[in-house]
Amino acid sequence: MEFLNAVFVAPFLDIADSPVFFAEVVIGGLMSGVMYSLVALGFVLIFKASGVFNYAQGAMVLFAALTLVGLMEHGAPLWLGLLVTLGVMVALAYAIERFMLRKLVNQEGIILFMATIGLNFVLEGVGQIAFGSDVKRLDVGLPDKSFEWKGILLNTFDLSATFIGAVMVTSLALFFQYTPTGRALRAVADDHQAALSVGIPLKTIWVIVWSVAGAVALVAGIMWGAKAGVQFSLVLIALKALPVLILGGFTSVPGAIVGGLIIGVGEKVAEVYWGPVFGGAIESWFAYMLALAFLLFRPQGLFGEKIIERV
Amino acid sequence: MPEPMNETTKDTMTAERMFGDVLLDVDGISISFGGVKALDGVSFNVREHEVLAIIGPNGAGKSSMLNCINGFYHPQEGTITFKGSPHHQMQTHEAASQGIARTFQNIALFKGMSTLDNIMTGRSLKMKKNFLWQALYFGPALKEELEHRAKAEEIIDFLEIEAIRKTPVGKLPYGLQKRVELGRALAAEPDLLLLDEPMAGMNHEEKEDMCRYILDVNDEFGTTIVLIEHDMSVVMDISDRVVVLDYGKKLADGTPDEVRANQDVIDAYLGVSHDENGNGDE
Repeated sequence: MEFLNAVFVAPFLDIADSPVFFAEVVIGGLMSGVMYSLVALGFVLIFKASGVFNYAQGAMVLFAALTLVGLMEHGAPLWLGLLVTLGVMVALAYAIERFMLRKLVNQEGIILFMATIGLNFVLEGVGQIAFGSDVKRLDVGLPDKSFEWKGILLNTFDLSATFIGAVMVTSLALFFQYTPTGRALRAVADDHQAALSVGIPLKTIWVIVWSVAGAVALVAGIMWGAKAGVQFSLVLIALKALPVLILGGFTSVPGAIVGGLIIGVGEKVAEVYWGPVFGGAIESWFAYMLALAFLLFRPQGLFGEKIIERV
Repeated sequence: MPEPMNETTKDTMTAERMFGDVLLDVDGISISFGGVKALDGVSFNVREHEVLAIIGPNGAGKSSMLNCINGFYHPQEGTITFKGSPHHQMQTHEAASQGIARTFQNIALFKGMSTLDNIMTGRSLKMKKNFLWQALYFGPALKEELEHRAKAEEIIDFLEIEAIRKTPVGKLPYGLQKRVELGRALAAEPDLLLLDEPMAGMNHEEKEDMCRYILDVNDEFGTTIVLIEHDMSVVMDISDRVVVLDYGKKLADGTPDEVRANQDVIDAYLGVSHDENGNGDE
């Protein structure tokens, strides 16, 4: 009885008691949700355009952040560092197409997935050989101050991160939906052979997709790196992106955003209000429980393409 | 005996039709997969504005032939001359940009995309603005998109698929999917259209519709057509010339009536269906 009360009644009474605190928790959740979305977005882009689940996305985030920090340590100004890192990510996309994907055209998705696991190890290794494995501070000059707005505590860094994330996500969504290149990307994801027959250059499309995913990884790497320091554990953020993807659907850019926000808010709210019932620390597994529930009842996610099969 | 009469009607028909120069010349194409010779020194040509049917039993190498022509397969021997320029091996991108479009035996559409989007992908190669312009989606890129959209609408009208413009093609019935696939191929405004069993799995009415579209495409746009088909009555009705393949070798090449009369063909393949037709007529 006490347990039921703690699960179904007490948390809601708490929320009603102090709506301002609840709003703070929700906003905090939304902020970290945007960060999850950024990582998830990288996955969605590649999955949409090549049907590959890119296990190495987390490593790409780390690699981009490491490259940027490394360049800045050698005295490069921020703008130059960004430019060169972007160049490195594009070069990486070329290399991936040339040495990995080209050999694997028309192979099963699972084989490409295995290849990305290999890529993951290569990127982790190369990144650390080149730039070392210490935790590094990344300062991109975004203001990090807290202020109060209508009694709610806000942080300028989180707000700028949210803004940057929102702009990026919107432009990518529009690009995919409304431009010929976006259409070609979706076509390649659907059917390699048919795409080739209408003259869509597979190689170019792949380079574009991996470059864009690399740029997204760079932004995610900057945001997470500036918040938590550039370190090996950035790779693990990729794991948090998994429930986001399951929630939002693997093929939907808007899904990645909404999924990220739901997970972000969900885990914060759950931790604060329901945490004590379970002895705390549910933040670390709540997302996966939510994903599991989705897998049972709506496997294509909130916005994913419904799987249509004619028999 | 119906044969002589058929011959005269067919002859007058052929005489009325005007063909241009040789558009595609396939010379001595051989390709083998492991120990299996899928094609063994096959040669034929197609003239501008012609409708050429490739027939033959299952596994005769018909689809392999189309795959060589549009660059999916790379033959080990032989030359493919398209519009006067010889290629040892076609590349898909090259084939598409020079005006070869095709449909597939097992429909290969972009199932998650709408009919309109599918047809628009057919115009990929006609789009000149690069993707940075498109990313801005503004000015020249927007104007270009609108022009292509107008062309796609023309094709939608032509194939009478206005009602399913926005429907994801995965939801459409089989016959309509085949039509959308033809639409996507037409969107490229090809000079040579390769159709791999355009009427497979269709009912009688759908077949008649498809025949009409194929002949209209040939008439109105002057598109040269190479098609693979199993339905002999369709083949005899719509093609100007028939190439017969068997075990990767060319058995015969001629007008439908010549092919029908060819003893090798009768023995290898047509024999049965020829007899059946004969019985049916009596």
